[in-house]
Amino acid sequence: MIHFENVTKTYQNQSRPALENVTLDVEKGEFVFLVGPSGSGKSTFLRLVLKEERPTEGRIHVAGKDLARLTNWKVPHLRRRIGCVFQDFRLLPSKNVYQNIAFALEVIGKPRRFIRKVVPEVIDLVGLEGKRDRMPDELSGGEQQRVAMARAFVNRPMILLADEPTGNIDPATSIGIMKVLDRINRTGTTVVMATHDAAIVDSMRKRVIELEYGKVVRDQSRGVYGQAY
Amino acid sequence: MRAQFVLHEVWIGLRRNLTMTIALVVVVAISLSLLGTGLLFVKQVSNTRTYWQGKVQLSVYLCTSGSASSQCARNGPVTATEISQVRQELQSDNQVSHVAFVSEAEAYRQFRQEFADNPSLIRDTLPSEIPSSFEVKLKNTQADASQVSAVVNGAPGVDQVVQNSSVLDKFYKLLDGARNAVVVIAIILIIAAILLVANTIRLSAFNRRRETSIMRLVGASNFYVQLPFLMEGVLAGLVGWLVATGLLIVVKSLLLDGLQQYFPFNVQLNTTDLVEVIIIAMIIGLVLCGTTSFLTLRRYLRV
Repeated sequence: MIHFENVTKTYQNQSRPALENVTLDVEKGEFVFLVGPSGSGKSTFLRLVLKEERPTEGRIHVAGKDLARLTNWKVPHLRRRIGCVFQDFRLLPSKNVYQNIAFALEVIGKPRRFIRKVVPEVIDLVGLEGKRDRMPDELSGGEQQRVAMARAFVNRPMILLADEPTGNIDPATSIGIMKVLDRINRTGTTVVMATHDAAIVDSMRKRVIELEYGKVVRDQSRGVYGQAY
Repeated sequence: MRAQFVLHEVWIGLRRNLTMTIALVVVVAISLSLLGTGLLFVKQVSNTRTYWQGKVQLSVYLCTSGSASSQCARNGPVTATEISQVRQELQSDNQVSHVAFVSEAEAYRQFRQEFADNPSLIRDTLPSEIPSSFEVKLKNTQADASQVSAVVNGAPGVDQVVQNSSVLDKFYKLLDGARNAVVVIAIILIIAAILLVANTIRLSAFNRRRETSIMRLVGASNFYVQLPFLMEGVLAGLVGWLVATGLLIVVKSLLLDGLQQYFPFNVQLNTTDLVEVIIIAMIIGLVLCGTTSFLTLRRYLRV
């Protein structure tokens, strides 16, 4: 599903590469934790998958597509197959729960009947029944993140990228978030989650890829966060 | 494509930076109406020019008892032999296509007609003070009228030779000057309008960076992301053009049609001319706003 081959990414005006010679594979339906300290290259990895950045060297395949050969105007179609969740939720403050989720479908031109059908389904899936008319500032952090996850998942992407989704949320609420991610994973969606949260990684027992200074230093299935932290 | 969604986004964008939108509309309106005024001037000039082509190009005024020039003072008023002599000379010139004699009585009648609204002037002017003349048409309108004028200038009985073209040239120069000034101001304003469009779009893109970042994230096509902004620019241009249309109608009916009173013949621009100018203004306005928006977007809303 995601295939990195000797990928190096060096940002302009920086001598040290953000990612250095990374080779890895994420299979369809996998759940992968991406761990490592700040600046280890987790976010760069996610940005490369979305083709928000181009690798300096190496090849990247996402959902069977060679990103180097993907023309700019086809990038949106790639992104429709990838859902994204962030630490800061990124909801639109002027839209309510339903509208925030529907927005993701409206802007890719889905018909209204389809939107009216799938949005309530996904609201149920993330556990926000009865809150569809709430505004983001009336919701707790955990609930806001559920809206963000619903928005990321509503178009049934093949891959869900989560960049520290529990970074702004207390541990008790984080468990609920992880349950939703797990539920999404069980529908067959590949999930890649970058995180600092050792407790979550340890409790889930999923594949763990550890980055340090842009290099993969550990890749283990059913792994834990690691002793060093 | 969901038109309702796009239009809603456009409305939000225009409302959020209302002051910029108003400034944009005003500048577009003024620049387009000035440009249109310039175009109307051009049409006005060519209208008057067309009229004059094939009309009298030289007037040879003959001496009257009241003529002040030394030539006339020496010889006295023109005599019948002098008249036929001058006529012969004009007719034998191969550049001349037509010669018409206007007698004193006829000239006085025309004078009374032209100044009918100025009775005191008519009262104070004696028929003998209006000279008889030869009205001369040239074969080639582009030819140098001064060559023909030299043939009869200074001949006995001839007071003075007036080249109508030189009188008209002054009028044309005035119109051309006005047109140039208007066009220069219009160009400066168009540059201002371009900068304003760019700024408005940039501000709008900044105001909605959350929306656009999410749109890009969930895979909205570039077209979908950019269309609301593009339409914002074009819509502002369109409103500006509507205002300009109003201003142009005012310019035409109050300013240019006012010229009519200085001409004994019809120089009035017709509605087709006005519509043509208004359509040109619309095309310029839309292209200007559309292209600027598009280019600005390419800078600020990259994939």
